Amino acid sequence: MKFDRNSNIYTIIFTVVLVSVVAVILTAAYSFFKPFYEKNKRQEKMTDILYTLGIDKESLEDIAKTKGLGLSYELIEEYFEKYITHQIAVDYQGNEVEGVKVFEVNLKKEMSKPVEKQIFPLYIAEVEGKKYYIIPLQGKGLWDDIWGYVALGEDMNTIKGIKFGHKAETPGLGANITEKWFENRFIGEKLFDEQGNYVGIKVMKNYKNDQPGDGKIDAISGATLTTVGIEEMINERVKHYESYFKKLRNKK
Amino acid sequence: MAKKKTKEILFDPLFENNPITVQVLGICSALAVTVKLMPSIVMALSVMAVLALSNVTISLLRNYIPLRIRIIVQLVVIASLVILVDLFLKAFSYDVSKQLSVFVGLIITNCIVMGRLEAFAMDNKPWASFLDGIGNAAGYGLILIIVGFFRELFGSGTLFNHKVIPQWFYDHGYMDNGMMLMPAMALITVGIIIWFQRAKMPQLTEKE
Repeated sequence: MKFDRNSNIYTIIFTVVLVSVVAVILTAAYSFFKPFYEKNKRQEKMTDILYTLGIDKESLEDIAKTKGLGLSYELIEEYFEKYITHQIAVDYQGNEVEGVKVFEVNLKKEMSKPVEKQIFPLYIAEVEGKKYYIIPLQGKGLWDDIWGYVALGEDMNTIKGIKFGHKAETPGLGANITEKWFENRFIGEKLFDEQGNYVGIKVMKNYKNDQPGDGKIDAISGATLTTVGIEEMINERVKHYESYFKKLRNKK
Repeated sequence: MAKKKTKEILFDPLFENNPITVQVLGICSALAVTVKLMPSIVMALSVMAVLALSNVTISLLRNYIPLRIRIIVQLVVIASLVILVDLFLKAFSYDVSKQLSVFVGLIITNCIVMGRLEAFAMDNKPWASFLDGIGNAAGYGLILIIVGFFRELFGSGTLFNHKVIPQWFYDHGYMDNGMMLMPAMALITVGIIIWFQRAKMPQLTEKE
C-alpha cells in the first residue's frame, strides 16, 4: 500500500491510533501494578509505625527467621495488629471522631482543610505492658514533602521513638533525617509542660551539648532548612493533640 | 550513514563515542543520581530499558511515522516507557524507587534517549537499534557507576551503604568529604574522567 506520509489526514490518523494504543497499554499496566504498589505503601507505613516502638526491620526479620519464613507483608500485618491496640481519630478539641478508617487517612488532604474540620489520627500501642501514643507527622522539607511518626510514652509527653521519611531531600545532607543517629537526638525530649500545654522542640545550629529533655535538637550541618522543616512539622502536628491528651490525663 | 558492524554498534559508545564523556549528553541526570552507588546502578538499568525499547519501537515504526510530528511521536514512546519503568520499580523495587524519586520520570528529558532515536533508530533496523540502545545506555551507565563509586566512597565513606573506610582512619583525623555529595563535585569527577580518557585516546583530541 502506498500512502503519503506527510499528508494531514495521515498525520491525524497516525496520532489518534498511537495515542489510543499508548493509553490502553498504560491503563492496563497501571491497574496491573497498582495493587503491588499500594501493598508496598501499606507495608512501609506499618513498618515505620512498628519502628517507633523499637521493633525495627531487623528484629522483624529475626522473628521471621525463627519461623523459617522470609519477611512478608502478612507477618508485618500480624505484628502491627498485635501491638497497635487502638486506632482512633480525634478533632482539634480533643473529642473522638467515630467511623473513620484511621489507617487510610490522608494527612496531606486533611492539612489542606481548616483546623476545625481536620481529623487527627492517633495510634495507641501496647508493647510489653507499656503504652505508647503514636502521632503521624506530615510537613515540608527543603525540596518536597517530609513525613514521619513519633511515639510518645505512657506520660503522653516523652518521645520514645521517632521515624522520618522524605520525598526528595538532598542525599547525604537533608536525606540524613532517616538515619538512626539523627533520630536518637529526639529520644527523651519532652513536648508538653507540667500542665500539659504544648511547648515543642527547637532545632539549634551547632548545638553540641544536646541533652535529652532540654527541648533542643542539634541540626544537621548543611541541612538546616530540612531540619527546620522537621521542627515545624513536629510542632504543627503534635500541638493539635494537646486537648485530647489533657482529657485523657484528667480521666485518670 | 555507512553500515557499522554489530560489534561496533554495541561497543563504540562504551569508550570511543561515550555519550557522557565524548558527546557530553545526559550530564544533568549524571550529576543528580550519583551520590550513592546503588541508585546509580538502578538508574543505569532503567535508562537501558527505556533506551533499548524505545529504539526498537521507533525503529519498527520508522517507515510509518509522519516526519513532521516525529519528535512528538518519539516523546510519546519514551514517556510511556518511562511510566512503565516507574510503575515497575514502585511495585517490585520500592526502596530503590524512593531513592531515585523524581529522576526516573526525568529520563524523558535525558538527551541521550532523544538523541539516539533521532540519530539512529529513525534510519536503522530494529535489531541494530536495540544494540545501539544497549550500547549507549551501557556507556552512560558505566560513567554513572564510576562517578557514583567515587562520590559514595569519598563523600560518605561507604559503598552500597556499608562502611568501607576503616574506623582507624577516622580516629586519626580522616573526615568524609561533604563536597563530594554536592552536584558540583560530580561535574569535576566527570571532568577528570574526560581528561583521563583523552590522555589515553589521542584521537579524541581536537586538532588545533
